[in-house]
Formats: sequence, structure tokens, C-alpha cells
Amino acid sequence: MLSVRLLSNRMDNLKQSSNPETQELNGAEIFIRCLVEEGATTVFGYPGGAVLHIYDELHKQQEVDHILVRHEQGAVHAAEGYAKSTGKVGVVLVTSGPGATNAVTGIADAYMDSVPLVVFTGQVRTALIGNDAFQEVDTVGITRPCVKHNILVKKVEDLPLAVKRAFHIAGTGRPGPVVVDIPKDVTEQSRVFSYPQDPDMRSYQPTLEGHAGQIKRAAKLIAKAERPIIYSGGGVISSGAHEELAEFTRLTGFPITNTLMGLGAFPGTDPQFIQMLGMHGSYEANMAMHHSDVLIAVGARFDDRITGRLDGFCPYAKVIHVDVDPSSISKNFRAHIPVVGDARKVLRALTDELRDGKHSLPDVSPWWGQIREWAKKDSFAYQQDMDGEIKPQYVLDQLYQQTGGDAFVTSDVGQHQMWVAQLYKFTQPRRWINSGGLGTMGFGLPAAMGVQLAHPDELVCCVTGEASIQMCIQELSTCRQYGLPIKIINLNNRYMGMVRQWQDFFYDSRYAMSYMDALPDFVKLAESYGHVGMKIEKPKDVEPALREILSLKDRLVFADFITDPRENVFPMIAPGAAHNEMILS
Amino acid sequence: MRRILAVLLENESGSLSRVANLFSARGINIESLTVTPTPDETLSRMTLVTFGDDRVLEQVTKQLHKLVDVVTVVDLTGQNHVEREMALIKLRLRDEGSVDDLQRVNKIYRGRIADVSALCYTSEVVGTSEEIDAYIAAMGEHELVEVVRTGPLGIARGEQALSIRQNQ
Repeated sequence: MLSVRLLSNRMDNLKQSSNPETQELNGAEIFIRCLVEEGATTVFGYPGGAVLHIYDELHKQQEVDHILVRHEQGAVHAAEGYAKSTGKVGVVLVTSGPGATNAVTGIADAYMDSVPLVVFTGQVRTALIGNDAFQEVDTVGITRPCVKHNILVKKVEDLPLAVKRAFHIAGTGRPGPVVVDIPKDVTEQSRVFSYPQDPDMRSYQPTLEGHAGQIKRAAKLIAKAERPIIYSGGGVISSGAHEELAEFTRLTGFPITNTLMGLGAFPGTDPQFIQMLGMHGSYEANMAMHHSDVLIAVGARFDDRITGRLDGFCPYAKVIHVDVDPSSISKNFRAHIPVVGDARKVLRALTDELRDGKHSLPDVSPWWGQIREWAKKDSFAYQQDMDGEIKPQYVLDQLYQQTGGDAFVTSDVGQHQMWVAQLYKFTQPRRWINSGGLGTMGFGLPAAMGVQLAHPDELVCCVTGEASIQMCIQELSTCRQYGLPIKIINLNNRYMGMVRQWQDFFYDSRYAMSYMDALPDFVKLAESYGHVGMKIEKPKDVEPALREILSLKDRLVFADFITDPRENVFPMIAPGAAHNEMILS
Repeated sequence: MRRILAVLLENESGSLSRVANLFSARGINIESLTVTPTPDETLSRMTLVTFGDDRVLEQVTKQLHKLVDVVTVVDLTGQNHVEREMALIKLRLRDEGSVDDLQRVNKIYRGRIADVSALCYTSEVVGTSEEIDAYIAAMGEHELVEVVRTGPLGIARGEQALSIRQNQ
């Protein structure tokens, strides 16, 4: 009976679409037509009262796939994983009230890391707004500080333009999340559907082309540099500028360092790459920053985890700062040559300018000699005693070697995240998916779901810890439902490792609440969700276990590595210290 | 340093609170703010006074521009501009004889009596913020019952105007 009814519904839909000029559609149908127009065919969500009309229409059609998560935070992180790994806008659909508030952490995360998302939230009927109705919250008000923009749709005729604008705003300029709040009655009102071609926004016009004069000035400064360094961030990945970055870097022969969010924008295996910089960056990257005379910052925002103490940051450098968001320039650190524009366009223009023959490129070989001296410290090194406890770095080193640096890797937040950043040499952009700005524990597993759904045939690993993974562990159920063969590498040190590390360094090792007591048996837990669970306790078992994990191509494997609980992340720039004041071990 | 900004923004619900939120989220005080629709009803015009050094002002201006609803932001501080503020000032005069005092001050500051009841007089004063401060100071011997001020409005002198085209 059900299938007959579905079929007849589809027949009705077909009939309707045969005369789209006059056929009225209800708001929920219009909503789906808008998604199809935007090519948004994967939606992560969770139903509830305010969005039931929409879910009913979703049920009747096949163009838009809906992925049912187990918690709205998971839906947003999954959409982030989808967006970060593809470059497309991620789409979320949740209900009003708690649906929206549960999504807020993910929305804030996407805002901090400039992830293009459109988050649709149900809202109570327009007549009830402001009445403290059941499952009512002021979603637009709550999300205002952590979105690029948000829109409350008050009538069905406004819905297509609102969706058009939301996708346009989310995906252009500096990307970010846009919330569209849709009251329930809007989804039942009827209207003839037409989709606008133009978002028609006089107040939103991102500057993409770099100012020609600024580019000339930048080229002049570059030509005179003695100790230059390229510092590039997530903006290069957002803009798809990795090839332009590589061309610019190879042309100049300058050393390059990437931020946590920028890893993979330049091949991690390239000899010009001097590793990540910042709080847990390499000795050579931070020392080169400190001693540089020309700093070329591209798509990076001088975050406090990068700069350390600002008055001790890059004391000798003239700064060229390229960013599509003017407010990122000279916010934390004064740029001498600001260039507002899209990283790809600006890098191309800058490369052309330098190729023009007007400038001779500087000889940076003495500078490289100094950097190679610094690099001898081998600051990410670790020692694995094969009869001792498993070092977390050893697991990641093995993972890197066995995957050839070619896997999609998501992570949660903490020590394990830093170790991946240090040891997994990403050679392509959009393969390293983590929560940098907000630092959201619980990000890794749902983000991996989004990545795996976007790349069904690729290897997706989620590197996590026993504390982080428990923040969104319910998504193991989603993974089961959609058959997502994610490889979970759980570095289980029985501590919130980074909290414990700070307590070691700054609180005389008083481990206040950082001990993870009463941990579940992760093997049994994984098995109860229908996945494969493994526990690895000895260093000699790491390599064969990883081989087995990676060979189980169709299954989610939860690999619980019992690691050395005392291991710390080095090097470290303590908060309030400068780049030349690193703690090395 | 005192800064006066002129902002043209979409006349939509939530636009004002986006601006207000921006200031509170970045820990910057708004000294005064006035906002009304323009003759083109799709736009609102705002005059905003804040305090900060050049760096703060640069960041605030950029952040305002970044708001999707904001069409144009102009810093009037550095340029030749006209500023006017209006105040309604309710005073309880010391005695009947003080009315002359009130009228004398009103004459100096182009004030006008807008309401009166027994010894309570409400004056209407238009001028720069400093002039209104001075008016209030001049009436210092009398009891100040209530003062309400619009905050300054600002507009550039000459032919310059805040318009949509400026942004394109």
C-alpha cells in the first residue's frame, strides 16, 4: 500500500512539474525545489514538529538525500566535514527550539573556521512567535553572533530569495554559516514557484581582485627580502588557491609554513615546507617567523595560537597580508602591505608581477642555511620503546606510512589533533578536517561521516581520544545506518590529554577533573552498534593492527589504542611567550 | 578619541541588533546611536558615536562593513561635517523669579520652552553636544528633573552624501 501511495504521489509531482508556470506548490515543496536548484542534494538533519511538513515532502521525493543523525550537533559537524572535504556548501535541517540550540555549537565552529554552511531551522508558526510557544527559541537572536548572516522567513513568497541569498552568502567571499529560520506556517502556504537567478544584494559585494598598486608594492618588498617566509592558512584552501600557492612558493624559493587549518595547501613532503607554526609548531617554522624580515601571510588571521605574545611576534618583519576579509587584516598584527582579495587571484597576480622581469628575486640561500640548522633539532621527534607503552605519535606515524599520506583524516580536539598535524604529511588540500578556531571536542566522528558520504570510495580516518569521542559517540549509530566504513583511531591515554598537559606545566600537576574515569569498553561499545572493535595495547601490535584495520574496507573499525598516559606535545610556546621562547621537550 | 560614524543599512528587522551586537561582542562601547528610515524606506540611516584609537576605529569600520545588512560606513570624525543633537530638559526652578534666568539661557542657546507646569519647565534645545552640555551647566542652580537627548546626528558638509552608489 505504502509503495503504491508513494508512486501516485510521485505521479502527482510529475503532473505538477509539467506546468510549473501556474502550479502552486506549498512551502515545503518550494523548499525542496530551492535545494535542488542549488544542487544541494545531501542534507544532514533531524526531524521535529516545526519541520514536519518539510520532512513529509522529503519523504515523497528522491532528488535530495537526507542523512539522519543522532544529535543536531552531529548534523552540523557532518555538514562541515562534507563542505570542507568538497568545497561545496554543506546543508543542515533541524527543528525549532532544542533542534536549533543543539546546532549552535556546530554553527559557531563553522563560523570560526569559515566553513560554508546553510543551516535551516524550523520555527514555530508566525502567529506564535514571541509567545514562548512549545519549542520556541529566538533562533535568529541566539545565532546572530556566530553566523555570517541569518534570515527569518516570514512568508512563503520570501522563501526562494532567502535560500538563494543564503547559499550565495555562505559560499562566497570569506565563507561561513548562514541560518535560515522557517516558521511552520510558511511551509504550508502555497505559491507558484520560481527561483531567482540573482541574489540581488546591494550591501554584500566581497572584494575578490587584489588592488594592482598593492600587488606591485608587495612584489617590490619581496624582491628586497633577505629572510622571507610564507605563512599560509585555511583561506588558501577555501579559495582553492593551492596550485597558485605552490607556483608562487616554487618561483620564489622561499620557505613556507602552514597554520593548523592550512595544512595540505602546500605538500607536507616538499623540501620548501618547514612544517606547521604556532603553539605546537616546529622549531624551524617558529624561529624562521621570529627572525624573518618579510612575512607573506596568505589566508591566515594571526590567531593567538599562531602569534604567541604579540609584542614579541615577528619583531623584524615587514608584513604583506592577503585576505578576502578586510577585518582579518591588521586586526591582531599590523600589516604593512594589506591586500584585500581572493587568495587565488592575488597569488596569481603576484606571481605574474614577479615573473614580469621588473624584479629580480632575492638569493635566499644563506637564510635556508640558517633554517636547516634550526631544523636539525627535529622537534617533532619521539622515542618508541618497543617493550614499553605505545606512544601516540608512533600510531600516527604508522598510520601515515600505511596510508601513504593519502587518507582523509578528521580529528577531535587536543593532543591527538596536534600530533596528527605534526606527523601526518598532507600532500593535498581538503584532506585534513579538524576544528581549529572553536576547538570543538566531538567534532571528529560526525565530520568523518560527512567526509565519507561525500567520498564513498575513499579512506576516511577519524583520529580521536577517549574524551573527545564520547562527546558525539551516538553518531556510531548513524554510521551503522548508512554503512560508513570510517576508521576510528582512538588514542586512549585515560586523560583529557591537553588539559592534563597544561595542568602539568602550569598547575603543578594537580589533575583537576582531567582523569577519564569509568571509561566504557570501547570494543564492546563498537560491537553493540554493529561495528568492529579492536583494542591494541603493545607497540609491536600497532603495525599489524593498522594493516588489519585498513584492510576491513567495508566496516567501521573502532581501534582503541592504549597509549602512554604521560606523553606531552612538544614543542610548545606557552601562552604569553614568543616564538623564540619554545619549550622543546 | 571620540568618533562619529555614519552608517547606511538595510531597513530590516534585526539590522539594528546586528550593529549593537557587534559592538558588545568586541567589547567596544556605543556612546550614542540614532537610527531612522531614509526617504528610500528600504534603507535606514544611523549616526553612531564611540570612543577608541585609530586601530579600534579601523576594526569597527571593517566589522560594520562585514555585516551583510550594512551598505555603507563613513567615518565623519576626520572630515568636515555638521553635528546636531536635540535635548528635552525638565527643570524645577528654584523660585518664580528664576523664569528670567531660564529665558536668558534659552536665548543664548536657542532653547524653547516646550512644556510648563507650576515650577517645572521643559526646555527643548538643539545644538552640538557641547552646547547642550553647556546649557545644562548654565541651569545648574536649578533642580534637573530629567534630561533626554537624541545623541548627535551627523552629516558631511558640501556635496558629499552617503548613498548606495558609494559602495559599488
